[in-house]
Amino acid sequence: MSPLAFDFMQRALLSALLVGLVAPAVGVFLVQRRMALMGDGIGHIALTGVALGFLLGTAPVLTAVVVATIGAVVIELVRQQGRTGGDVALALMFYGGIAGGVLLIGLAPGGTNANLLAYLFGSLTAVSPTDVVVISALSGVLLLTLAVVGRQLFAVCHDEEYAKVAGLPVRFLNILLAVMAAVTVTVAMRVVGLLLVSALMVVPVATAQQLVRGFRATVVVALGTGVLASVAGVLGSYYADTAPGALIVVVALGGFGVATLLGTLVRRRRTASEPSPAGDRRPTEAIPR
Amino acid sequence: MSLQPPVLELQGVAVAYDGRTAVSGVDLQVDAGEVVAVLGANGSGKSTVIRALLGLLPLAAGEVRLFGTPLAQFRDRTRVGYVPQRGGASTGVPATVREVVATGRLALTGLRRARAADREAVERAMLSVGLQDRAGDSVATLSGGQQQRVLIARALTCDPDLLVLDEPTAGVDLASQQALAATLSALVVRGTTVILVAHELGPLHPLITRAVTMADGRVLHDGPPPEPDHLHLHDPEHAHPLHDGPGHAGPASAPSAWGLQ
Repeated sequence: MSPLAFDFMQRALLSALLVGLVAPAVGVFLVQRRMALMGDGIGHIALTGVALGFLLGTAPVLTAVVVATIGAVVIELVRQQGRTGGDVALALMFYGGIAGGVLLIGLAPGGTNANLLAYLFGSLTAVSPTDVVVISALSGVLLLTLAVVGRQLFAVCHDEEYAKVAGLPVRFLNILLAVMAAVTVTVAMRVVGLLLVSALMVVPVATAQQLVRGFRATVVVALGTGVLASVAGVLGSYYADTAPGALIVVVALGGFGVATLLGTLVRRRRTASEPSPAGDRRPTEAIPR
Repeated sequence: MSLQPPVLELQGVAVAYDGRTAVSGVDLQVDAGEVVAVLGANGSGKSTVIRALLGLLPLAAGEVRLFGTPLAQFRDRTRVGYVPQRGGASTGVPATVREVVATGRLALTGLRRARAADREAVERAMLSVGLQDRAGDSVATLSGGQQQRVLIARALTCDPDLLVLDEPTAGVDLASQQALAATLSALVVRGTTVILVAHELGPLHPLITRAVTMADGRVLHDGPPPEPDHLHLHDPEHAHPLHDGPGHAGPASAPSAWGLQ
């Protein structure tokens, strides 16, 4: 029977499509500023938010958005202060997020760690009609925001000091990016799962980098591979009866492997056909040590 | 007598890192059309002064004015072009030359979409540094001198009245230094005010109208540029075969310098 015959699969596929678009679209800026693991840290914090939802008897998605956003802003503020390394701030979030989630779910009436599993690794049947509405709305807001401030975010992530001199609102844009990363994580958690969402923000970008040069081209290819991996992973998990998050990431990693091979071949062929111009030193040769 | 305020004024500027004073008591006035070199050995405070006048470092004391306006109130950022030390040109996701140069136009465009005039300004800036043929290439694949040119082109997209360059010749081969001199020469002819930090001037020397030498966070000398024979500031960290010595070659014409005929 076709998976599209089931309402839950229609919802899962639509969600996967949106998540496949949004996750790399935001993730490319995190990779650009060399904070690829930030999505992972936020995912851990969001787990505390999910557990808080169970404890308070409210929608876990709502509390996850709030807690993840607060955590992401704290990470960004710590990074801006520069007193604690960005990696240390992330580590604190990893430990605190997991510990908070397990602790709070234990305190929730009737709560067990099993309640968290669907949020940790994603679930085909977990995407409710309300979730689809929330995912669609938040994805729309994220994509619209990126369409408006994408060039500014690129400038800030590329060269923060230059952006300051150019008069861009650097602090606001950095916090906006942190908030967008938090919303992306919570949007994606129903399909991919909190522990694997970061992979969908990073792996398609890494895949695109093997094939194209330039930021805009990387974004386009990353969005395409993100959608392909998400939809293929959800469909595959229907037939294999597995958690979709794991299969989405495995498909994405497979794509990365293929792209790496292709990219290597293309670069070798290009190098063989293009002699390097005379007197044109490569950066490493031109920088004194 | 000109009624125009100085392009740049620093009065009693002091900057501290974690309570340790890096520069103090710096007074400096730069008028329109001047080409000022800030010289000094490593740790003398020359880059700190430059970063402070751009608002990248907070002042512990003193005041900075750009075009007569206190720095905190200065909004017309298109009038200032900044070329940082090379290194910011490469990040986690490689960008093309055109993409990086286009970010220079954001000071003017803000949130609005780029128009034809903006795209033309970007193309013009790339042409002015001879990189129009590399517009679609990743910056990470360029040589050190070419990367420096990308940063210069980015600073030129808004036709700034003041161009600030931090160590533009560091780690750049002699041919690229000559090409940089040619570009700056063309800007100076148009009336652009230039302030640059340098460890050694090399081919830039003929352009410099004034030199400010710093030592231990203070201005040691402010006046005509020293003769080339006295210019080299010995520092093992900057000694490298690719650096030209204290002697200089005059700036070549821009087209030939960038390899264009």
